[in-house]
Amino acid sequence: MKENEIQDELTSIRSLMERSSKFISLSGLSGVLAGIYALIGAALGYKIIYGSGGFFSYREYVMADVNRQPMSLYTLILIALAVLVASIVTGVVLTFRKAKKKGQPVWGNTSRQLLFNMAVPLFTGGALMLVLINRGYFGVVASASLIFYGLALVNASIFTFKDVRYLGICDIFLGLLAGLLPGYGLLFWAIGFGVLHIVYGSIMYLKYDR
Amino acid sequence: MKIPFEKLDKAFENRLRLQIMSVLMVNERYDFNSLKELLDASDGNLASHLKALEKEEYITVHKSFLGRKPNTNYEASTKGKHAFKQHLDALEQIIKNQKTL
Repeated sequence: MKENEIQDELTSIRSLMERSSKFISLSGLSGVLAGIYALIGAALGYKIIYGSGGFFSYREYVMADVNRQPMSLYTLILIALAVLVASIVTGVVLTFRKAKKKGQPVWGNTSRQLLFNMAVPLFTGGALMLVLINRGYFGVVASASLIFYGLALVNASIFTFKDVRYLGICDIFLGLLAGLLPGYGLLFWAIGFGVLHIVYGSIMYLKYDR
Repeated sequence: MKIPFEKLDKAFENRLRLQIMSVLMVNERYDFNSLKELLDASDGNLASHLKALEKEEYITVHKSFLGRKPNTNYEASTKGKHAFKQHLDALEQIIKNQKTL
């Protein structure tokens, strides 16, 4: 065996270990787009909640407003769902495209594990949020959603790029902060789902997509 | 300096076997079809090399059914993991020795 043959062998082993245990077709661009959707959603939500008034002056009024105007709550939930669906669709489409370009299977061992590990905290969080909304605890919903989303990312990061883990930790941290400052939920949402996704997506794009 | 070729594991002389083993090192279990897709190998070729690794007791086989389809999963044994690590160490050693020559 020649030296470069052995080198080749070792390179192939390393690449196989990574390819077989990590899902590396996640698209960075979809992260940026998801962040933009979230910011648009947050802007729309802001308009509904705060109208044309100032951000800080209307805080107390807002907390009471949900009871007087239940429609605004439904509109908000609708916006949130629209952002969620648009982000998922974009993510799936762009990831499929990237996987195809790289000649990797999209639906394999790793993507299955990735989805499962992400889904458990995500659905738990989603269910808890419905319970919280139902019982009128609107103030902690933003906090809970960020925390559970962050946990889902940290959990799923074992099966993909390490960068996902840092995004998750940032979201958990933001979620806890949002819990300390009830009433600023929308702001934290805009940062956690909007700004962070754009930053993370850009990093991923520059690092792996090109 | 003596090059420790004899330390290389005969069972890993075949490239596909080494590749199978590296996949099983980082995954708890891996099924036949995913392995086939990942390694771009033919049914017969992959099966025969898996058989060889099984014979060495480097991997264990788990057979089950998904609905009506048979689903075979493979798992690296402790012995297999140990052998793989030694083989890699030997490869590394050879490279090191050649560099000092």
